[in-house]
Amino acid sequence: MGYKIIVLAKQVPDTRNVGPDAMTPEGTVNRAALPAVFNPEDLNALEQALRIKDAHPGSTITMITMGLPKATDVLREGLFRGVDNTVLLTDRALGGADTLATSYTLAQGIKKVGDYDIILCGRQAIDGDTAQVGPQVAEKLGLTQITYTEEIIKIEGKTITAKRHIDGGVETVEAPLPLVVTVNGSAAPCRTRNAKLTMKFKKAKPAPEIAALTDDGEKAFYAARPYLTITQWGAADIDADPAQIGKAGSPTNVKAVKSIVFTAKESKSFTASDEDIDNLMAELIGSNTIG
Amino acid sequence: MANYYTETPELKYHLRHPLMKRIVELKERDYADKDKFDYAPQNLEDAMDNYDRVLDIVGEICGEIIGPNAEGVDHDGPKCENGRVTYAPGTSVNLDATRKAGLMGMAMPRRFGGLNFPIVPYIMAADMVSSADAGFENLWGLQDCAETLYEFGNEDQKQRFLTRVCAGETMSMDLTEPDAGSDLQSVMLKATYSEADGSWLLNGVKRFITNGDADIHLVLARSEEGTKDGRGLSMFIYDKRQGGVDVRRIENKMGIKGSPTCELVYKNAHAELCGDRKLGLIKYVMALMNGARLGIAAQGVGISQAAYNEALAYARDRKQFGKAIIEFPAVADMLSTIKAKLDASRALLYETARFVDVYKALDDISKERKLTPEERQEQKKYAKLADAFTPLAKGMGSEFANQNTYDCIQIHGGSGFMKEYKCERIYRDARITSIYEGTTQLQTVAAIRYVTSGAYAAKIAEYDQQPVAPELDIFKNKLKDMADKTQMAVNQVNESKSQEFHDLVARRLYEMTAYTVMGYLILHDATEEPEMFGVSARNFIRYAEAEVEKHMTFIRKFQEESLADYRKA
Repeated sequence: MGYKIIVLAKQVPDTRNVGPDAMTPEGTVNRAALPAVFNPEDLNALEQALRIKDAHPGSTITMITMGLPKATDVLREGLFRGVDNTVLLTDRALGGADTLATSYTLAQGIKKVGDYDIILCGRQAIDGDTAQVGPQVAEKLGLTQITYTEEIIKIEGKTITAKRHIDGGVETVEAPLPLVVTVNGSAAPCRTRNAKLTMKFKKAKPAPEIAALTDDGEKAFYAARPYLTITQWGAADIDADPAQIGKAGSPTNVKAVKSIVFTAKESKSFTASDEDIDNLMAELIGSNTIG
Repeated sequence: MANYYTETPELKYHLRHPLMKRIVELKERDYADKDKFDYAPQNLEDAMDNYDRVLDIVGEICGEIIGPNAEGVDHDGPKCENGRVTYAPGTSVNLDATRKAGLMGMAMPRRFGGLNFPIVPYIMAADMVSSADAGFENLWGLQDCAETLYEFGNEDQKQRFLTRVCAGETMSMDLTEPDAGSDLQSVMLKATYSEADGSWLLNGVKRFITNGDADIHLVLARSEEGTKDGRGLSMFIYDKRQGGVDVRRIENKMGIKGSPTCELVYKNAHAELCGDRKLGLIKYVMALMNGARLGIAAQGVGISQAAYNEALAYARDRKQFGKAIIEFPAVADMLSTIKAKLDASRALLYETARFVDVYKALDDISKERKLTPEERQEQKKYAKLADAFTPLAKGMGSEFANQNTYDCIQIHGGSGFMKEYKCERIYRDARITSIYEGTTQLQTVAAIRYVTSGAYAAKIAEYDQQPVAPELDIFKNKLKDMADKTQMAVNQVNESKSQEFHDLVARRLYEMTAYTVMGYLILHDATEEPEMFGVSARNFIRYAEAEVEKHMTFIRKFQEESLADYRKA
């Protein structure tokens, strides 16, 4: 039996290679200074989706991303690995969204896609590191959620079994479909691009870009190859409440951003004697570190 | 992310060669597949972009999976139990990754599920895979056998077997036997046709068979009872699903330990004839070997690349007497010679691959339609060049790989002798490259007639017509001088009546020729891309000039009565 899988993916600035100009004075990420990449844990989520598809022929994967038109890079990366359908959620009105507005928008997008059994996403994105979007999407859709997933062990009928990361170990849980699964970075890495799929989908474009083509040859090329069209939806297409999207729907406000330089002082050694421990306690209480 | 393709810009340079235009239009039949297959290119630019993208995928798999797994695979090795082979865990991971990426059957036509890539980008993939793990190249590179099956099998066989290879099943070529190594005419594995089974039955033993537990085997066997030479041999396809071939044991080897080298026992193994009877060795295996030799040339170049990377990193990092050892001329000499040999053998490899590409594509077209007289001439020209250049590329590529890995360890000093460093593995892996698929001595035998007939000299004269950057003129003059000296040595040998003298100095003439050819190729590359190849070209030509001089001195001063000294060795 095939499953309908949705993967949520985000294009993020590569914060793994941060330079001094990574943040703007306003406290937002300086996207121009950092290369845009596929959020690493979303790739782990995609691999879990592809494994479900391998194990259950007839399954389909729809990948949704919210972002600037440039985020189609992420969707193409998905197509190169075996994703079947892609949706780009892009609109000026969606800009400046925090996790609340993002999860609302994604949930609206998922509702518009409609039919689904499993929604997969990475645990968190490396730009915000909140790990809130996956769980919030589940809440907004009224779905069960498995977070911090290491591996989807099996799906039988309408029941999924997964191993999830917990403090000091793992636990195996069962849950009913449909549901949201957030995947940990310690899960299996995503497979590389497939040669044929890369050649097939390298020219995939969002629908409005194709509609804007003027060259007759190019128009005919895309008309004959509908699989190269990436679905693009704006706020109106997903029936979004203007008050709940973008800046308007985001209660988060950045108060200040500080550049913190870690200034570790020299280490101190203490013996296990009562006297040394008493002195240490007194010092920590005195400096308000504890107490 | 580590990526061998983006980290080796020399590959992209060779991919951009002007002859690629002709190669791609032949291989793509003027882009006839463009509306039939969703992954077929629309035009040259599109095709080149496809090669670039797919090589980027190969580079990533090499950097992220195959390379990091190499040490574990070398340590674990394959196992043989109950007649079957189990790969090392890392090997299985590598195979899974290359299969999922769709990198099997790269050169096969699309109708069988292949990528329809020319030889050049396929060999680039082999170059990178070898650099990551030369042992794994032996498994992955056996997709070469599909080429032979494609050339000589019937349509039904192609449909049944090539689709499986493109989907990821592995192959082997079962040629060698305990008493038939370099001399394949002595193959004894018996093939008898059984009317009762309606099938050929194979009985006997094969030895030193790489990936001998493969899914699909090409087998050289004696089909003509009572014959003793190559004309009694035919080629067969054995499908593992049929059963009848067991692995008796796997060899414990010095290098390429991840690749299982098997002794096979055939007991009434059902097999089917591939092509015509009696042409097994004289036609099919010769074609198979030429393809395989190009693969080994790529393996040698890939290993040289690995040797260079390791040596460079160590020489920069290691400090002695208050500075990095790369600062010492004695170390810098070794390092820059490794790089020069690497760049020169890679130039020769891709020159050869292009020749093979043109003639093979025309060969294939000739099965669909009659070639025009111009095309026939082109086909003949490139077939001859491919035949002449393949033994040069294989012999020199593998010898350089050995020299480079030796120097790589030398640069590492005592640490290089320890298992902790990668260089000891690549040193062991390199050793076989100048032996299998025909030793360097046999490459010399294959090449020498083109040396004495003047075929290389004619190509060298053509290279000499190419313009070079003015600052490289002095190096072009050196090459002219090398070509003259080679010619003088050839003349001297041609004038001698002694076959023994011919055979004794053949290797030296072969090397003189190869150095001159590689010198011209790298000089051309340095003219095109001075930043990338300038240093290598100058270093290589200085080195090659001295080598040519050395061989010339030996030949010029050789007294034929001295031949007796060599008989007593």
